[in-house]
Amino acid sequence: MSRVVIVSGGLGSPSTTRLLADQVEAGLLRADASASVEIVELRPLAHEVVDATLTGFAPPRLQHVIDSVGAADAIVLVTPVLQASYSGLFKSFVDALEPDALVGKPVLLGATGGTARHSLMIELAMRPLVAYLQAVAVPTGIFASPHDWGAEGKDALAARVDRAVAELFSLLGGGGSGRSRDDDIDLFSDTMLSISRPPAPPAD
Amino acid sequence: MNAMDDTTGQDLAPAGMQFGIFTVGDVTQDPTGATTPSENARIKALVEIAKKTEEVGLDVFASGQQHNPPFVTTSPTTLMAYMAAQTERIVFSTAIAQITTNDPVRLAEDYAVLQHLSDGRVDLMLGRGNSAPVYSWFGKDPTKAVELTVENYQLLRRLWDEDVVNWEGRFRTPLRAFTATPRPLDDVPPMVWHASIRTPEVAELAAFYGDGYFANNIFWPKEHYQRLIGFYRQRYEHYGHGTPEQAIVGLGGQVFMRKNSQDAVREFRPYFDNAPVYGHGPSLEDFTAQTPLTVGSPQEFIEKTLTFADFFGDYQRQLFLVDHAGLPQKVVLEQIDMIGEVLPTLRKEFAARRPAGIPDAPTHASRVAARAQATVGSDTRP
Repeated sequence: MSRVVIVSGGLGSPSTTRLLADQVEAGLLRADASASVEIVELRPLAHEVVDATLTGFAPPRLQHVIDSVGAADAIVLVTPVLQASYSGLFKSFVDALEPDALVGKPVLLGATGGTARHSLMIELAMRPLVAYLQAVAVPTGIFASPHDWGAEGKDALAARVDRAVAELFSLLGGGGSGRSRDDDIDLFSDTMLSISRPPAPPAD
Repeated sequence: MNAMDDTTGQDLAPAGMQFGIFTVGDVTQDPTGATTPSENARIKALVEIAKKTEEVGLDVFASGQQHNPPFVTTSPTTLMAYMAAQTERIVFSTAIAQITTNDPVRLAEDYAVLQHLSDGRVDLMLGRGNSAPVYSWFGKDPTKAVELTVENYQLLRRLWDEDVVNWEGRFRTPLRAFTATPRPLDDVPPMVWHASIRTPEVAELAAFYGDGYFANNIFWPKEHYQRLIGFYRQRYEHYGHGTPEQAIVGLGGQVFMRKNSQDAVREFRPYFDNAPVYGHGPSLEDFTAQTPLTVGSPQEFIEKTLTFADFFGDYQRQLFLVDHAGLPQKVVLEQIDMIGEVLPTLRKEFAARRPAGIPDAPTHASRVAARAQATVGSDTRP
């Protein structure tokens, strides 16, 4: 059973970004009815997210979400497009993660925007962020504009969801990047080893 | 527990744990009156705080070393020598002195002189420092912080432990047949503590040499400190100094007390809300629930402090931060008085929960005695 956490950075209520998260959840369950899918909305955690950026630690409710993300087999990140990028709340949440929290994890990227002209935000902003975190993003990003919620566009959106979800499960079934987060302290780094091996006095 | 216990702090000292005050020596505006102490007033206030620390029966006063505004603690040995001359009993420590930017030869000399002047009442707590720019102010490379920490301490250790030192390292000119003077008092150098809240190499360094390890235990939840303290305890055993429970651990803590909890919260809130580190972020209530900070009654302070031993194991030294966020000096001194009042209870409660075999806080006298025993065998370090 795969555990997938969907992080929804929607700011409104009701939120179009949450609608996209629901679509992805449905797609995940179509592909694997036994998958465990949890959707986390960031808006109710907004205070905690800002506090974490100021204090350097996550309050308990946010820490719980961070732990879920860390324990998940795969992650779905969805955010509205704001000023040519992801929302500030979404980025502040990512800032609250440990730098190695997503190493090697398959990640599906999604975004919502007012027109299709924003659709490349996924490639130009989200992908570099996820690459920096050394996660493995699936090739298909899911962008939803108002057109996709109407009768004309909804089948195309569902098709993109299914394609991206299939890519995610394919990555999950394979070797991934072969790396994952490692919590162990490295006892054999050069600096660590130098501690128990003080330099020998120079020969006279 | 009864905060009004009729024994005095001194009666129960020195066995077991040491308690004290630590400061970073910041000059911060008082947010309630918009007044800011002058550097002169703040430096003199630190001296007054140290004397109050002794007066109320506490054991340790520790001061930081920072080289940027708003801090006034650039010269720890000058400050502590002046304080030591006006006190008789308390131990002084840095919290921390920078092992990265100070020449180990100067550290060996400065703290040896201070040790002689204070009759052994000085410990050296070492850390990396609070900012990257400080490295270049002292001609050091900030990308080599950990390497500087390791090499400088290895040299400091030899300068104190060996009368004649030949040395070649990466970060300073070689030494040939060099003797650091004065030699440590009674041939026992100041007790060294290593402080870090995120660098495993610092915990490893403390463990390898059998030195103390200190976690500042302020600002973050306890879980952040448990990992490195646990690692230090485990490595202390690995290097043959004793069991993990016998490793020498010090902790910080942060408190604002009034007789009634509500008065403490009301009076401290403007200072909390504007504090340099956590101000304008979490509420006072959330932050006290999530971190080691106590804002409340003496009873709440005692209860929270005692939980530290549950989280980190029984330990040797507890320091409290009380003089930050622009609190007026009068209030700071009242806080130290209040800590002094609950001190007998703290000592008693910590002693009551302490299993046999946990070492007492090391002092110069106890380390001189231990050395006398050890010289029967070998006096070389591992």
